[in-house]
Amino acid sequence: MRLEIITPDRQVFAGEVSSAIFPGADGQFEVLNNHAPLISALQAGEVRVTSAAGRESFQVTGGVVEVLRNNVVVLAESVLA
Amino acid sequence: MASLKEVRNRIVSVTSTQQITKAMKMVAAAKLRRAQDNILRMRPYAQRLNSILANLSQGAGAEVTGDYGVQREVRRVLIIAITSDRGLAGAFNSNVFKGVNQLIQERYQAQAAAGNVSFMAIGRKAHDYYGRRGALVGNYTQVFSQLSFDTVRVAAEQAMEGFRNGEYDQVVIVYNEFKNVATQIIRAEQLLPILPAEAPANATTSNVDYIFEPSKEEIVQSLIPTSLKVQLYKAVLESNASEHGARMTAMDKATDNAGELLKSLKLTYNRTRQAAITTEILEIVGGAEALAAGK
Repeated sequence: MRLEIITPDRQVFAGEVSSAIFPGADGQFEVLNNHAPLISALQAGEVRVTSAAGRESFQVTGGVVEVLRNNVVVLAESVLA
Repeated sequence: MASLKEVRNRIVSVTSTQQITKAMKMVAAAKLRRAQDNILRMRPYAQRLNSILANLSQGAGAEVTGDYGVQREVRRVLIIAITSDRGLAGAFNSNVFKGVNQLIQERYQAQAAAGNVSFMAIGRKAHDYYGRRGALVGNYTQVFSQLSFDTVRVAAEQAMEGFRNGEYDQVVIVYNEFKNVATQIIRAEQLLPILPAEAPANATTSNVDYIFEPSKEEIVQSLIPTSLKVQLYKAVLESNASEHGARMTAMDKATDNAGELLKSLKLTYNRTRQAAITTEILEIVGGAEALAAGK
């Protein structure tokens, strides 16, 4: 699936990933390939991404994530890599 | 007629002024490119945010704008004026002040008479202008020296906080919208309370069955502050691009004007020089004739 992490200033991450873990407002959850359509609020925390190139993690200060047809978009107010 | 030396000095000074304006024009052009890039980078975020919000409010029925949608009787107003830090940009800044005055004339005359209009100044020029009038809220003079969402966010949060507390009943942004390099349009945009969203253009949001976490309403509530901040950020970015566009045009005109001035100065210089030569020749001829007559 394709993941994008964007803030108003820049695009922080874009690429194919195999899994992503998000700090949801109601607790952590993981999104894998072919996840059902989802919109979730995020609280401040860590987004952990696993891709072919390895693992990466990003500190976000809250935001929202939308999952639709293997496209995952994270809108964060700010991100520390 | 001015002496040769005076004219020559003026030519030298106008030439160096022209060099400065030319350099400023090129700097503004480079900065304009960067400012436009910033707008382009912000756009995908804004679009996604709006589409998610549209998606969410589609089935939500009643307005879920929460604290920020409350329409109160307008007694106190906050006007956010966005200008630049530096001058020499033509009418860029004075247009903002004019726009603010016009807005007050049209909509907030009673509030202004009662002294209930406050100003938040983004950019040093507005800070100086409204600082002298003594109704300034906050200090946002460094926004443009380190332009980022984080610095603008602080300003938006202060305005939102004031609205929630009932300190202000309406918040309006006045800024220069970037139409193209040569054209800026003064806009007065209401930030708070949130205006009822216009009907989404034929709702292309499709009928996907989303899972919402935690709930639709809560997501909307958490997204609305973000979308307000983005709205202010967008205005700041537009104003920034407009500023450099305005400066570019102003400096281009100044360079042209300096060129014209140089032309007429050179003409004067040559005329003066010619006159001096003629006088000299006349003197020599006169002297020679006097000698010949004396023989």
